[in-house]
Formats: sequence, C-alpha cells, structure tokens
Amino acid sequence: MEQAANVAIRREAVLPDSFTFGGVARVSTAPERVNRKADPRYLAGLLNAVGRNRDRDAFAELFQYFGPRVKAYLMRQGANEALAEELVQESMIMVWRRAESFDVSKSGASTWIFTIARNKRIDALRREKRPEYDPDDPALVPAAVEDADAMVEAAQQSQRLSVAIKTLSKEQADLVKMAYFEDKAHGRIAEETALPLGTVKSRLRLALGHLRKALMEEQ
Amino acid sequence: MPAHHLSDEILMAYAAGSLPEPLSLVVVSHVTLCPACRAQMETYEALGGSLIEEIAPVGLPDSALSDIFARLDDEASGPGEADPWGRAPARTPADHRSVDGSVPRPLRDYLGQDLSALNWRSVIRGVEEAEIALDGGEVRTRLMRIQPGVAVPKHTHGGEEVTLVLTGGYSDAGGHYARGDVQVADPTVDHQPVADPGEPCLCLVISDAPLKLTGPIGRWLNPFITY
Repeated sequence: MEQAANVAIRREAVLPDSFTFGGVARVSTAPERVNRKADPRYLAGLLNAVGRNRDRDAFAELFQYFGPRVKAYLMRQGANEALAEELVQESMIMVWRRAESFDVSKSGASTWIFTIARNKRIDALRREKRPEYDPDDPALVPAAVEDADAMVEAAQQSQRLSVAIKTLSKEQADLVKMAYFEDKAHGRIAEETALPLGTVKSRLRLALGHLRKALMEEQ
Repeated sequence: MPAHHLSDEILMAYAAGSLPEPLSLVVVSHVTLCPACRAQMETYEALGGSLIEEIAPVGLPDSALSDIFARLDDEASGPGEADPWGRAPARTPADHRSVDGSVPRPLRDYLGQDLSALNWRSVIRGVEEAEIALDGGEVRTRLMRIQPGVAVPKHTHGGEEVTLVLTGGYSDAGGHYARGDVQVADPTVDHQPVADPGEPCLCLVISDAPLKLTGPIGRWLNPFITY
C-alpha cells in the first residue's frame, strides 16, 4: 500500500512544462536541462522512494540532479576535482543510507542534501566534528503549537526562497553566495571584496531581512 | 523560552558551515533549548538548499553513479557491515538515565560521561570548571558550575567569551540569564555574575585566548565592529 501511494506521488509530481528531467520516462537525463531547478515536491518524492522502497532508479535521478551541484559546491569550497568527486560519492552514499529519516514536513530535499554535503565538507576539509542538534533529544524544547502551525511548509518555503533570491540586488546576492559557498568569516569576505567589514555585515543583514520578509509574506 | 539569543549572523554562519567547532556547539545547544532560533537556523539551512540548486553544476564522470552502486554492492558482500544497501543503523543511544535531560544531546556527546564523573576543578569556593575535550585550537571550551548564591569575582575578559546557561541562572549588570540564554561578553564587559538561589548554575563557556580579538570566536563577535 505504502509503495503504491508513494509511486503515485512521484507520478503525479507536477513538473514545469517542458521539464522532462527524470520523471516517468527517466533512463537518460537530458544534460541541457541539468541547469533547471526541479520541483521540490518531485525531489522529495524521489527521496521518499529511496527511503521507503530502496528505489535505485529514484536514487539515480537524485544523483543526476544533485551530484554535479554538490561537486560544484565542494569545489567552490576549495576541494580539488578528485576530492570533490570522492566527497560527492560519500555524500550520496549517506543520502542512500539516511533517506529513511528524511521528513518532508521538516525540510526540503535540497536542504537535506545540502546539510549532508556541508557536513562532509567540514569533516574532510576542516577535519572538525560537526555538532548537530537532535530532534529526538529529550532536552529539546518544542515550538509552541501556534508557531509550528505558522511555519511554512518546507516545499513552499523552498520555492519562496528561490523567488526571493532573484529579487536581491546583485551585490547582496553575491555576498550571500560567498557566505555559503566559501568557508570564510565575514571579515575575510570583507578583505576579499575590498569592502569595509561594516558594509559586508550591513549588506548581508539587509539581504537576510529581505529573504525573511519574503518567507513571511502571503501566509 | 530563552530571552537572550544568538544573532542571525551566527545562525546563518552555522547553517553555511563556517563557524568554528566550539561556537557550533554553543549554537546547537542553544537551538535545542530555543525553538525560535531553531526555526531561524533551519530557514538559513533552507537558504543553503536553495543556493546549492542554483549553483552552476560541474559534470561528473560517466562512471560516477555506477561506482556508487558498485561500492554499495562491494560492501554488501564484504565482511563487516551487515547491509550497506540497507538502512543506516540507529544512532547509538545516549545514556539518558544518568543525565536527566539537562544537557542537550550534542553537548552530552562531547562529555561522553555523567556530569559528576567529569574532571571538575575548583576555581574559587563555590565555582568549579571542567574542560571539554574539543580540538578548538585557541578556543577553550568548558563547563562551569556555580553554587547557588555565589558571586563570581569581578573580572573582565582577556578575549571574547560566550556563555550558555544549562541549569539554574545568574544575574549581572547585563541582566538575568536562565536556561537556554546566551551571553556574549567581550573584554570591555565588567562582569560580575551572581548565581541564582536554588539549584547550582551550570553553564557551557567558550572563550578565545586572551587578547585575541580576532581569534576564532572574536572574528564573529568582535564588539568593536559596528553594524
């Protein structure tokens, strides 16, 4: 039953017109479409199929989509090509193994995979442990019920964020990307952009405020 | 609900993965106790997810996917792991009985034992500290335990210091701090905390080496930089 329902979710996933990445007729992924952003609900469906049914085809689709992006992310962070490819492999194996714990009500597929790749990077490039909070921690203080209700669904949040990022000024968008893709304290970003640190911080704050506002709207 | 929080800048830096390990430990311990900062941090992780989708992809070798499948198959037939194609084993259960949930899980993982079994060292009467083994470079990470009503002698800090209250509470000129609250003290803060009456005040404290204003923590918190 569960399997059938799951397949249905995948088949019904609404993809943008002309977006044939994976989908029902998977097998070959059209490379020219690799640059397109996929429907977050569709990606979540793939991840669920891996988690629930150990679906290799769904995993292959996730790999085609995220593998080259994770590689790009790791190279931006200073990994050479060979290391980046090794870490892509490790990250995707982790995706396979942990897919069952993916909870679409808590995060989008891209967010979930981003955090795995980020942690692999910290392990490998910084040789540090990566402390994380545990959602099942008995010490965890839960959100008040009304706050939890007000939280935007993960897939919706992901879409709003993508839209909001496009409305940032180029300067703001560049700084946000630097903050995420380059392992640097903001002081270092200031050095490299030759901007005063105060400007970096205030620009980043404006950008974050802008994104937050976009997430709160239309609720 | 905590009243003293971490800045958005730090929550974002955690999500982006650029904080040093001791500061990350403070962040995850705080967000365990603070649903508002947790939600905020998760929004910043979602931002990371959004950005990674927009990055220009870099092609992988044609064999990349089959290599992964082969690796999983190899491990499946080899000794050791029961079923690499299977699911990840559940995390090793922490000893929940002995620590009564006062210490957030990620911090407990660093302690590796019961609070009472730590190597407590007396600082002054009524104030003890225990170092936490963490390779933080120049950053010192420790637990402090202040007996109820005890005043810590007036002191300024050589470097930046971040304190997270785990049990009990304390007051100083900056206000009152209780479970989950974070206080960022810089060298200019003249700091004389007095522990609340009642239960001992247990805190996680990380500090930069003295006079390292641009040390691993100070870089994120430097008070002389105005926004």
